[in-house]
Amino acid sequence: MPELTVRHIKKSFDGNPAIRDISFSVAAGRVLALVGENGAGKSTLMRVLSGAIQPDGGEVLLDGEPARIARPADALSLGIRIVYQELSLLPHLSVGENVLLGRMPTRGLPFQVDWREVNRIAGATLAGFGFPDIDPQALVRSLSVPRQQVVEIAKALVTEPRILILDEPTAVLSASETDRLFAKVRELARSGATVIYISHRLEEIFEIADEVVVLKDGQSVLQGEVGTLTQAELITAMVGRPLEAIYPERNRTPGHAVLEIEQLCDGHTFEGIDLTVHAGEIVGMFGLVGSGRTELAKAVFGSEAWTSGEVRLEGAAARITNPAAAVRAGMAMITEDRKGDGLALDASVADNAMLASYRRTSRAGVIDGTARKRMVDQKVRELSIRLRNTAQPVRQLSGGNQQKVVLAKWMLVEGTKLFIFDEPTRGVDIATKVEIYQMIADLAAAGAAVLLISSEMPEVLGLSDRLLVMREGRLVAELEPSGFNPEVVFAHAAGLTLHQGSERLQ
Amino acid sequence: MSEASPTATQLPAWQRFSRADLIFAAAILALIVFASLASEAFLTQRNMVNVSRQLVTNGFLSLGMLMVVRTGGIDLSVGSVLALAGLLATGLQEQMHFSAAILLALGSGVVIGWINGFLIARYNLQPFIVTLATMGSVRGLVYVYANTPRYPVDEAFRGLLGGAFIGPVPVTFILFALAVPMVWFYLNHAVSGRLAFAIGVNKEAVRLAGVNVGRHIIFAYVASGLFAAIAGVLLASRLGIAQPSVGVGYELDAIAAVVIGGGLLGGGGGTAIGVLGGVIALAVVDNVLNLFNVDSYYQQLLKGLIILVAVLARRKKA
Repeated sequence: MPELTVRHIKKSFDGNPAIRDISFSVAAGRVLALVGENGAGKSTLMRVLSGAIQPDGGEVLLDGEPARIARPADALSLGIRIVYQELSLLPHLSVGENVLLGRMPTRGLPFQVDWREVNRIAGATLAGFGFPDIDPQALVRSLSVPRQQVVEIAKALVTEPRILILDEPTAVLSASETDRLFAKVRELARSGATVIYISHRLEEIFEIADEVVVLKDGQSVLQGEVGTLTQAELITAMVGRPLEAIYPERNRTPGHAVLEIEQLCDGHTFEGIDLTVHAGEIVGMFGLVGSGRTELAKAVFGSEAWTSGEVRLEGAAARITNPAAAVRAGMAMITEDRKGDGLALDASVADNAMLASYRRTSRAGVIDGTARKRMVDQKVRELSIRLRNTAQPVRQLSGGNQQKVVLAKWMLVEGTKLFIFDEPTRGVDIATKVEIYQMIADLAAAGAAVLLISSEMPEVLGLSDRLLVMREGRLVAELEPSGFNPEVVFAHAAGLTLHQGSERLQ
Repeated sequence: MSEASPTATQLPAWQRFSRADLIFAAAILALIVFASLASEAFLTQRNMVNVSRQLVTNGFLSLGMLMVVRTGGIDLSVGSVLALAGLLATGLQEQMHFSAAILLALGSGVVIGWINGFLIARYNLQPFIVTLATMGSVRGLVYVYANTPRYPVDEAFRGLLGGAFIGPVPVTFILFALAVPMVWFYLNHAVSGRLAFAIGVNKEAVRLAGVNVGRHIIFAYVASGLFAAIAGVLLASRLGIAQPSVGVGYELDAIAAVVIGGGLLGGGGGTAIGVLGGVIALAVVDNVLNLFNVDSYYQQLLKGLIILVAVLARRKKA
């Protein structure tokens, strides 16, 4: 009898469907991999299962019985535990307190914490997970990020979940830590629990999962046994259409070097970076989460410090120590975290669009309202941003239209020579993706240099004139379009030898 | 759909205000109508002059507080700055002309505001803690300078400001009435004002847009310090005395007016007009309760309740 069944789940936010129709079923004792591009509906589905949000339609069944998950507490009492990508630990508390948060054992008085028991339980859980060396009494902030991730998982394990959902758990783990996690996952499955495993790393899915469900644009488009599928079939199902229809043609001729980086190093996340981006060229950069690509972009843009190396803009050494200097020097950066640092969500569309270019529409610090309105309206039309009016808070727009506001902000700055795009289509529907790809191509065609960072393989392969692959803080490969092969790129990014990579495809 | 541009649609004026705004406006009007029916003294010219003079202090403090709150901050030091500026403006008259004393008093507000803003922007410290510290140390400074009241030397100090009228209207109220549109203009039509608002919503996004964030934050605290100093000078000139103990707890009334006026602590809201409404509402409540001889303890209780109602009415739907 299947343990967990999800039937026709639907969920919209402000009229934008995040999940259109997701159905799948997984038996007890099985490991199910959930894959899909960003924005395919994985995180929304998890929030439904965790009780954080209510679906608009459909149902969740446990052992054939409809499960009511109205609140997070309901999910916990049903034995559903989710380990999110973002750490939710309290850094100033001990490992033991974090693992047993909300379920502290007591002795004597009903509110008296039994610290010996706390440390014993937490220690036993960590030891059973293969990490006997993590001290339950240590403060979480004294641990490395991978170790913190281990504690986060232990927090879920201590409740002995019936259904454990892991969201990109290995993004920060080393190979040996990943092995221990996989051993634990297998052990849980053997003991009858269900594990749902979400990951971008297709290799891992072939290693750990029994079956796989592919999500695309909020729908479950494929469910199958892992043994019967190839990586190529998975990628095609995830992207859902032939690549040629999505990406603009490459008809550009690169000009002079705009950005030159030599031996750039920040002392902890990346080192020895050499790269050049020419005018009229789109240089793609692929790397897994945690490979250091975002940190590199932030360093070039002056928002994070770097320690050694050289950055040159149009041949002249540029000492860019803050984003204001970067913008003055003709750089623009579309950040990966639109809501976190790309937009002021509660401010209006007009305020956000003008954020980087107020100097153009003001005199002595006073805004020329007519000029501002003309400029913003023009960009809204050009980018066909759908909105009621430009005084509307950006929060009310759909993800795709929000991203277009970010683009409008940078396109309103005059004389930008270098655009850095970091995950420009994250959480954006496929139609808007195609529009954004065209905009990026247009910028390059108009002579701008473009550095395109993405963890979406089809995107970098489809847009780039050249592709750099980053792994563990280093550039490990540079490929020309003739060498754009998803397996090769992935093998470089994941540090697999090609032999192993193709073996998995059998 | 036939419209050429999606931006061509403009909201009708009444829709630009939130429901909470309209309810508050209605509540203030209702209170005024009630007060004028219930007490013959309320709508007299003498009482109106009183109310308009009394609200000037909280009015200036609230305008400064609004500018700070819009950046996502708070300024707890305004009461202490008010006391210091009042004492300097009166006490220094023994050494110099009163206009020079006023300038130095206003300068003290600017300097303290700058210190607040600089510490918050440059070292990324929490506004609550920084201004709590300056609130305490400026109060200490006040007592170091004068632990007994100071009286103005020059008659003109009172005659031109706190005791002056143009027609029936107090000069201090006119100064406040001029400050409101200036702040409104800054918030809506100055680059710095728009950026300050965006900073309150998402500082990192503004920084990554290439904006020198610190400058706009510092400006807000300087404005708050200056407005608090103006309030202190005007209060001393109206009362004809500067007390070192004056202004304790005034920051709470200013925060209350900002919250009633739609300000969100943590950034992201508040208008000059809304704050004007908040200031008037609090002043009318005080005045009405005084007219009915209600104990001042009940006044505090009621003000607390008003703040809670304001916050509840404006809370965001989850």
